[in-house]
Amino acid sequence: MKRKLSLFAIPYVIWMAIFVVAPVILVVLYAFSSKHGFTLDNFARMGTYAVVFGRSFKLALIATVVCLAIGYPVSCMMSREGPRFQRIAMVLIMLPMWMNFLLRTYSWMAILENNGLLNQLFQKIGLIDLWNQLFGTNLTFFPMMNTQGAVVLGMVYNYLPFMILPIYSVIIKLDPSLLEAARDLGADSVNVFRRVILPLSLPGVLSGVTMVFVPSVSTFAISTMLGGGTRILLGDLIEQQFTGGAYNPYLGAAIALVMMVIVVLCMWVMNHFGEGEEQAVML
Amino acid sequence: MSKELIRLRDLCMAYDDELVLDHLNLYINDKEFLTLLGPSGCGKTTTLRIIGGFSTPASGDVLFDGVRINDVPPYQRQINTVFQKYALFPHLNVFENIAFGLRMQRRSDPKDPKRKGKLSEEEIRERVMEMLEVISLKGFENRKPDALSGGQQQRVAIARALVNRPKVLLLDEPLGALDLKLRKDMQIELKRIQQQVGITFIYVTHDQEEALTMSDTIVVMDKGTIQQIGTPEDIYNEPKNAFVADFIGESNIIDGIMVRDNLVQMYGRQFPCLDGGFGENEPVDVVIRPEDIDIVPLEQGQLTGTVTGVTFKGMQYDIIVDFRGFKWLIQTTDHSPVGAKIGIKIDPDGIHVMKKSVYSGMYGDYSSFSDAYDELDDAEAGEDEDET
Repeated sequence: MKRKLSLFAIPYVIWMAIFVVAPVILVVLYAFSSKHGFTLDNFARMGTYAVVFGRSFKLALIATVVCLAIGYPVSCMMSREGPRFQRIAMVLIMLPMWMNFLLRTYSWMAILENNGLLNQLFQKIGLIDLWNQLFGTNLTFFPMMNTQGAVVLGMVYNYLPFMILPIYSVIIKLDPSLLEAARDLGADSVNVFRRVILPLSLPGVLSGVTMVFVPSVSTFAISTMLGGGTRILLGDLIEQQFTGGAYNPYLGAAIALVMMVIVVLCMWVMNHFGEGEEQAVML
Repeated sequence: MSKELIRLRDLCMAYDDELVLDHLNLYINDKEFLTLLGPSGCGKTTTLRIIGGFSTPASGDVLFDGVRINDVPPYQRQINTVFQKYALFPHLNVFENIAFGLRMQRRSDPKDPKRKGKLSEEEIRERVMEMLEVISLKGFENRKPDALSGGQQQRVAIARALVNRPKVLLLDEPLGALDLKLRKDMQIELKRIQQQVGITFIYVTHDQEEALTMSDTIVVMDKGTIQQIGTPEDIYNEPKNAFVADFIGESNIIDGIMVRDNLVQMYGRQFPCLDGGFGENEPVDVVIRPEDIDIVPLEQGQLTGTVTGVTFKGMQYDIIVDFRGFKWLIQTTDHSPVGAKIGIKIDPDGIHVMKKSVYSGMYGDYSSFSDAYDELDDAEAGEDEDET
């Protein structure tokens, strides 16, 4: 570590000060104040929102697990293909991210609606009739919109690339001679994976989990659009404090602060769970 | 020492239409230190990978103890490998790296059919500690690989392979990444370890000095074929063709004519030698090692030439002498200044006669010597030269 800060670091330091440190300080200040000055009232009211906290963390956790379950095998498979396939796959994974977030979520609404694309497809192929016969129900469509499942789907769809990219980039960098060495020493493919690939890809998993979990917890709009807006998440709750009729930026800041503390605690626990070897990238 | 352990029969291998192995035949004895020596691209690493089970030959057979093992996966072969860049597991400490192979042993283990069930923790501990003793790294068991020096990592890689008690250890240029001093120490260390554990070592290198120091048998390869097999002494003293003569040590290779047995003609002069069995007046390549040439006063010389370059090498001078346009390298302890006219004398046992081959005329002239000289000591640069 250099003792003196390099001259070239100064722009970065200024950037960080203005856009990271200052906002955090402001959030903390707001959280501990009201129109009339210092107060702890904002935190006293936090209990009211325990349900929202619980729901947000639960859905974010589910979305993260689903992303991991999809992202890890996809990363593994991609890394085994030729360079051409890898480039194309990478573009396909990145492509949706170049489109506007709201647009993507609106598309999902069109797909999941009661007379949306998916339900029309299910009617055409007779899946709904089959379902009715099997379970004795009388559905004309599957209610997919305005469910927590739809919210999780929205999160997974939006944040999956953030799981795939770090895992993929770790796996692709694994030295092939390590895998050969493991095979040479008597490991079959299961053991090569379990004892070499998996432990060495953990840093990628940790940063993938971080990059999916954090934005999932604080996500907003998805729950309003795909979840019907009746069971709001933390992101929506905070948004309401700043834009809604219940205008109260002090409370909004307090909720944001509590959420931040919980997220940081989660990440801290997780990084130590990974033996603290390679720290996941904190964003 | 004489029991045959591995036989390679008619191996062929091609990458992208380029023939890497061209009908290679080779047998390897039990408990032998055998070196595959050649420039990069000669097929030596491919041969090693086929023996290890990491590559499948396009045609031909690999026999181990008389059994064909072409389709046996690496983890079922009684062979372990030390990889070029060690390939130590970065997430495991030294102990766990060495123990890796032992933990992988399962029921009906092909490497040890008599053993039933897994090794106990004490057994593993005992065998790892024994290996740490062999490689003199006791007390390092809790270190991670990145906290070790290159030489230490190298020894851990060897221990990790040997702990499984393989019948054969494959080593793929294992000393390439070490500095010169360490490389020399490790050469002796490797030879000692091989004698201590008493198994076959198959060693791949492009460094002729490494090969000469450690091997029982050297296999010189070029362009996917074996150029010569023999003991280090054989290879050095009796190279079969210009390629081998040039690759192993320094050689002056001169066009000659074999007048009759024990008499060879160069530069229109006849030199007594100890070789025979050639046709009368057959054109041949004559190898004269730089250290076998004596400098004598002009009038006593069999040949006379002009010194064009002198390099002080510590133990001796390397001088370049022009004999009618063909430049020789002579190693001598006497200093001769540039421009001096000198005479030389070669004893009959200093002359080695070879049949003409595809390599004739490609090597053995030191015209470009002074420019590239320092790089010749460097194995990598030497290799590049050989490829051109």
